[in-house]
Amino acid sequence: MTAGTPVVHALVLAGGSSSRMRRDKALLEYQGKTQLDRTIELAARHTPAVFVSVRASQTAEPGRAHRPLIVDAVAGEGPLVGIRSALAAQPTVAWLVIACDLPFLSDAALDQLLAERDPAVLATAFRSAHDGLPEPLCAVWEPAAAAALAAYAEGGGRCPRKFLIRHAVKLLEPRDRRALDNVNTPEEYAEARNALGAAAAPLRLTVQYFALLREQAGRSEEILATRAATPADLFTELQSRYGFSLGRDQLKVAVNGEFSEWGHRLAAGDSVVFIPPVAGG
Amino acid sequence: MGFHFTDQPIDTAAARSGLKDPGAGGYVSFEGWVRDFNEGRQVTRLEYEAFQALAVKEGERILAEAGQRFPLKAAVCIHRVGSLDLTDLAVWVGVSAVHRGEAFEACRYIIDEVKHRLPIWKKEHYSSGDSGWVNCERCAKGHDAA
Repeated sequence: MTAGTPVVHALVLAGGSSSRMRRDKALLEYQGKTQLDRTIELAARHTPAVFVSVRASQTAEPGRAHRPLIVDAVAGEGPLVGIRSALAAQPTVAWLVIACDLPFLSDAALDQLLAERDPAVLATAFRSAHDGLPEPLCAVWEPAAAAALAAYAEGGGRCPRKFLIRHAVKLLEPRDRRALDNVNTPEEYAEARNALGAAAAPLRLTVQYFALLREQAGRSEEILATRAATPADLFTELQSRYGFSLGRDQLKVAVNGEFSEWGHRLAAGDSVVFIPPVAGG
Repeated sequence: MGFHFTDQPIDTAAARSGLKDPGAGGYVSFEGWVRDFNEGRQVTRLEYEAFQALAVKEGERILAEAGQRFPLKAAVCIHRVGSLDLTDLAVWVGVSAVHRGEAFEACRYIIDEVKHRLPIWKKEHYSSGDSGWVNCERCAKGHDAA
């Protein structure tokens, strides 16, 4: 990236009506996590900021309410509106736009997309491995696309794929050919879940918080479902959720009321306490 | 023998009489008090918080260790939780032993281990209006602030 190249933020599209699925696609679960959370976590590994694109009526919906949102702010509906709203909200930023129905999307695919991005054109997108057409909903949209998109919408255009076909964009051959397989129907969902592996059921654990950790978590106890296998994994998960200022190297851990090891294998029903530096007496 | 927590002022007279033993030639106690100054800051009050389920077990272990190391007749440790003011009694240790020497040493052993090992936390409130968890915020790497 050269000086002056717009920074890339991620926009996860979670405003669709999921009509063929007949339920909210963003909340479909794979390996115990919603597609929305999986996509946000993936995007966060590649961009410094991740926003969720929603319609104005969706700002309080599950999985979305506590996320940084870009609310549709231009007329119309569909993914084009979400992309245009993001470009309007942060006009100097390029947007890594990702649909919320790509369960196979990978770090490798995003690495390729961002590495081969051309900021001099309106967008960089993959060419579909199936039909050779551009994939607009796993693509980087540059700030310069805003005006062209407005003109396209003005002329009645609504399809971001057609927009990419008609404009100067860079198209990539995806090295991870499965990354862009999307899921639209209950049958496709069942297939994708099988392919991704039915991971073991999450563990239900009780976590108690004390002192500084209690204040930072905003609670003294919670029951949660986690795929963390050890207290070390669990702390990493909770630290990213609550922003704990103490590092794991400063803590001890107790499981079921006794001091334990960070590599201890957690079991369903365990009670876990992270112990900040003590100061009795 | 015993370790316990209380959210009420510690009744030292009752705790002391519980240590009486016809074979004890000496008794030593230690009282930890709330002090107005720590790490260069003016302290106005404290809050103690404990993971009691584990702290009681670990406290009992410390007392048992003291009983193995020294010929004690009895040992008790009581720790406050909740909000304490300056000069309040925060922790009380009492031991009775055959001879005074072991009583002094055992009392010292117990309070030192209690401070280092029990999951008890202390939040200091300062005259400047702010507050902080000791050893967690201003001096995150240290464990020995008293």
